[in-house]
Amino acid sequence: MTTATPAGRRLAAQTGRFVSANGALVGLVVLCLALFIATPHFFTAENLVNVGVQASTIAVLAFGQTFVIVAAGIDLSVGSVAALASMAAAWMYADAGLPGLLALLAGLLTGLVVGLVSGFATSYGKLPAFIATLAMLSVARGLTLVISDGRPISTPDAISFLGSDIPIAGGVTLPVPILVLIVAGLVCSFVLNRTVIGRSMYAVGGNIESARLAGLPVKRVLVTVFALSGLYAGLAGLVLAGRLSSAQPQAASGYELDAIAAVVIGGASLSGGVGKASGTLVGALILAVIRNGLNILNVSSFWQQVVIGLVIAAAVGIDVLRRKDTRH
Amino acid sequence: MNLAPVLRLEGVSKSFGPVNVLRQVTLDVHPGEVLVLLGENGAGKSTLIKMIAGIHHPDAGRILLNGEPADLSSVHMAESAGIATIHQELNIVGSLSVAENVLLGRLPNRCGVLDRKRMRRAACEAVARIGLDVDVDTPADSLGVAQQQLVEIARALTLDARILILDEPTAALTGSEIDDLFTIMDELRRRGTAMIFISHHLEEVARIGDRVAVLRDGDLIDIVPASTPEDELVRLMVGRAIEDHYPRRREYEGAPDLLLEVNGLCRGARVRGVSLEVRAGEVVGVAGLVGAGRTELLRCIAGADRYDAGTVTLRDGPVGKGNVGQAVMRGIGLVPEDRKNQGLVLGASVVENVGYATLRSTSRAGLVDRKGQRARASEVTKRLSVRMRDIDQPVRDLSGGNQQKCVFGRWALAGSRVLLLDEPTRGVDVGARVEIYEFINEITRAGGGVLMVSSDLPEVLGMSDRVLVMNNGRIVGELAAEEATQDSVMSLAVRDLDVSTL
Repeated sequence: MTTATPAGRRLAAQTGRFVSANGALVGLVVLCLALFIATPHFFTAENLVNVGVQASTIAVLAFGQTFVIVAAGIDLSVGSVAALASMAAAWMYADAGLPGLLALLAGLLTGLVVGLVSGFATSYGKLPAFIATLAMLSVARGLTLVISDGRPISTPDAISFLGSDIPIAGGVTLPVPILVLIVAGLVCSFVLNRTVIGRSMYAVGGNIESARLAGLPVKRVLVTVFALSGLYAGLAGLVLAGRLSSAQPQAASGYELDAIAAVVIGGASLSGGVGKASGTLVGALILAVIRNGLNILNVSSFWQQVVIGLVIAAAVGIDVLRRKDTRH
Repeated sequence: MNLAPVLRLEGVSKSFGPVNVLRQVTLDVHPGEVLVLLGENGAGKSTLIKMIAGIHHPDAGRILLNGEPADLSSVHMAESAGIATIHQELNIVGSLSVAENVLLGRLPNRCGVLDRKRMRRAACEAVARIGLDVDVDTPADSLGVAQQQLVEIARALTLDARILILDEPTAALTGSEIDDLFTIMDELRRRGTAMIFISHHLEEVARIGDRVAVLRDGDLIDIVPASTPEDELVRLMVGRAIEDHYPRRREYEGAPDLLLEVNGLCRGARVRGVSLEVRAGEVVGVAGLVGAGRTELLRCIAGADRYDAGTVTLRDGPVGKGNVGQAVMRGIGLVPEDRKNQGLVLGASVVENVGYATLRSTSRAGLVDRKGQRARASEVTKRLSVRMRDIDQPVRDLSGGNQQKCVFGRWALAGSRVLLLDEPTRGVDVGARVEIYEFINEITRAGGGVLMVSSDLPEVLGMSDRVLVMNNGRIVGELAAEEATQDSVMSLAVRDLDVSTL
């Protein structure tokens, strides 16, 4: 007992540090274990793939949102932008006669351009991000309804492919939404960690005045984060439309709040300067697992909303306490 | 003085961490007198008044009110004991009415419902007592600074303040507004209010003060009558011997090329036609009072603020207005006065903070040179002997001096030729100070130039090769290192230049 104590204590300390640094991940694991014990249906390959597909739209939106939140902004428009991008793409194909692949690119471009507009409005136009993107939330949803006249438009194969399964080997298939989620997450992580613009996002979010006086192009950084968020929203919208094989005028409505929740659950700070792609992924998975688990357990969707609200409050509350703790 | 003191400080001391801000201060304030607190920036004046106002608490000694030990453990306790403070930054809620501001925190109400009639009557009374002629229903932000200040005084009067502390109330006022303020202070004096008054303007001392308490480096040097000649006050204020805390060495042997030339720079009322030059290998000090426009000047040169007129020229041509990125690329580095809010991203690591200026220039295809940035950060922090756990530690956890070295390190990595230093050693302990001075020597030895603003006169005199004195937005004098003394600099800095035309 006495000989094992130092090693045991070190292990305990290391575990403690790991738990405190990866609270959301630990939460996800605990959640999965609880569901594993509660129901045999949760831990099946089929269901886990299902969770991944369900998480994909929110996760992609949330990766885009991570750029904005790291730079101390917020993007409330991503749900509407997702809908607008998918609708624009479907319209380009169905009404303007663009080839499917070009229509897909046009959808992504739509998201990018809308993001640029929000970015210019906040950086050069000096509108608060909350207001600029709240306005964009309404404008983009309105444009979606205008283009579609309120009716769904079916999507070309190129877009439907984004919602399909691709066979790998021996009859095993991989859903494309999960593939998109992985690639989008890797790109997000790469941009944040390795690129000049990504590191500048942390500086701008941490202290915009210090960043400016150090010579960083603060306005360009702000435009970029919103442009990336728009692009990611466009991608998420296309994946969602692909899964349904049609662009819906009311698609992704309210998803912006889930995306923000995922980022915040993942450890990012709304005051900026903190946040990671991996954390955001965990946050999005937590939301998806809760929804999925409650569905399996036959909890009504009304109660699900209550539970998700409590989870957000708990995750951020624990994070605030933890931070206070580490700052002596 | 035949009246008993209303306020007495007995052997009051205060330190923040290892820094002794005040040592054994014993001081009386009598009813109906204006006691002027005089001292350089950092002499301990604000700490002293903050202890009386209940914001800080003495480490040793005690504070007596009317001969009784007083409990001043909070601002609220101090206010209910009859101590009111007019801070330099006004505590006015601009969107609320004058009446609401006067009675803020004590709004007359019936079961939580505001009693407008009673509020208006009380506010009118308070405002009339100091002869302020405003409609108490107008929003406070429609008033000028001077009137807002009077609203605060009116508020202090409704608290039945027996002791009124005024922290540099004249700094933001014009000549005639100062006259009005002094008239009100005279009236308050007649009614027996004790006042503690802080000002940097020596000529105000004789006009309004009765006695002057001079603080220097946390010690109460002397208490003299307000009629004491200005020269003598200056000597008391700054008269410390310059020890060799300032290891300035001019070791640059190349040609004294012109590195920075500023011509006719103007920005509002704070920078009014400033021209200066900085040559390779020299340190140019800029002395002057707080508010003389020194910080604004540096910020314009660095591109942090736009300016109305004038030019800033480097060796390779003029620099664009308000473009920090360009200024940095062309070799200008600004060490701002407020390192926590302007110099550093506190939550980010040392390696990030040191590397911001070189993030782009060392990148390839938009990708950060992570290895190189780490290697360079390790090297420069070692050279500046930054004391830290490792370069991944957040700068928030570093001491003030080590934080400041990180800002210097950033410009060292960027290879900046012209350093603009704003209060470079404020809040920096003695050891780290000397290390920063040695770094300044290193910069100039390599042919760089330094423009250094500092309110620490010995620092300006000790480290500069030339001293420019700024007063009221203008450069009013240039002194060579040999001829600059504390007296000669201070007399230029405090001389009253057409304040009324501001």
